[in-house]
Amino acid sequence: MIVRILGEGQYAIADAERSALDDLDAALLAAVESGDEPAFARALAALTAEVRRAGTPVADDAFAPSDLVVPFSDATLEETRDLLAEPGVEPAKDER
Amino acid sequence: MGVMKRMSGILQAKTNKLLDKAEDPRESLDLSYQKQLESLQKVRRSVADVTTAKKRIELQATQLQGQADKLQTQAKAALTQGNEDLAREALARRAALADQLADLQTQHEQVSAQEQKLIDTAQKLQTQVDAFRTKKETMKASYTAAEAQTKIGEAVSGISESMSDAGMSMQRAQDKIDGMQARAGAMDELLASGALTDLTNPVDDIQAQLNKASTTSTVDAELAALKAEVGAGSPAPAELPQADAEESSS
Repeated sequence: MIVRILGEGQYAIADAERSALDDLDAALLAAVESGDEPAFARALAALTAEVRRAGTPVADDAFAPSDLVVPFSDATLEETRDLLAEPGVEPAKDER
Repeated sequence: MGVMKRMSGILQAKTNKLLDKAEDPRESLDLSYQKQLESLQKVRRSVADVTTAKKRIELQATQLQGQADKLQTQAKAALTQGNEDLAREALARRAALADQLADLQTQHEQVSAQEQKLIDTAQKLQTQVDAFRTKKETMKASYTAAEAQTKIGEAVSGISESMSDAGMSMQRAQDKIDGMQARAGAMDELLASGALTDLTNPVDDIQAQLNKASTTSTVDAELAALKAEVGAGSPAPAELPQADAEESSS
């Protein structure tokens, strides 16, 4: 699968890593919902670190849409919440 | 749904706006390339805007630093004249300026960070657009309707997503700079109107007092010289006690 960190680029990650990413994502979502800024910063740092660790940067001449997108690595809770409030395309099916 | 999946849907929605429906998939490659070039130009302009904002802050810092240095010199001059109150006043104003300088320094660091991010974004996008230009010709040359349609669609969506990302990065930098621009504008007005001058003062009251003191001492010296001349010219013993009195009083 391909994961993009906003403002940074795409990483190719083995599907086997998905559950580890999902756990970190769940912690991030919980922090967004509870409005816990320090927890948000920690969760975001952990998620971006895991994407960079587990992933291989996608070459500049390989063009493919991302399966998952991580917020800007230095995003604030507020701007992430604002962004999440924007209309998005419903994934065709929440596969995986 | 998790944050990553929702973010993906949001980025997808932004990206869809960049996609053209072309009859011939090959045409969509060229349309996309045109948009990429436009995006690239926008990012470059954005870099230029941020650089301008940075220069403005640097200019203000230079002006404030100049005033601070001047107050330092004035404080020293006041002390030389033995006017400690005036020296204290000059140093107090200098301290107020130091706070504003520190604030400008913070702003400068933030703007520089945004500038660097945008430069990186522009470079990455440039590399991708160059790669896309080569790739689109290859794709056109080896075009077979059946499979190429999917491949072209994916390539166009992929690079369009990068453009959306760059667009978001740009917007983000712009939002951060806007707040600073407003403050910089207010600072410019203060510097120009002289309101800051009243507070921190370029010349006026402190310099006026220093000048006055300096003039007074020059006059005193000339007066003393005149007295000496007059005293030497005529034997006037009455002058002597007066000179003594003045000496003991100073």
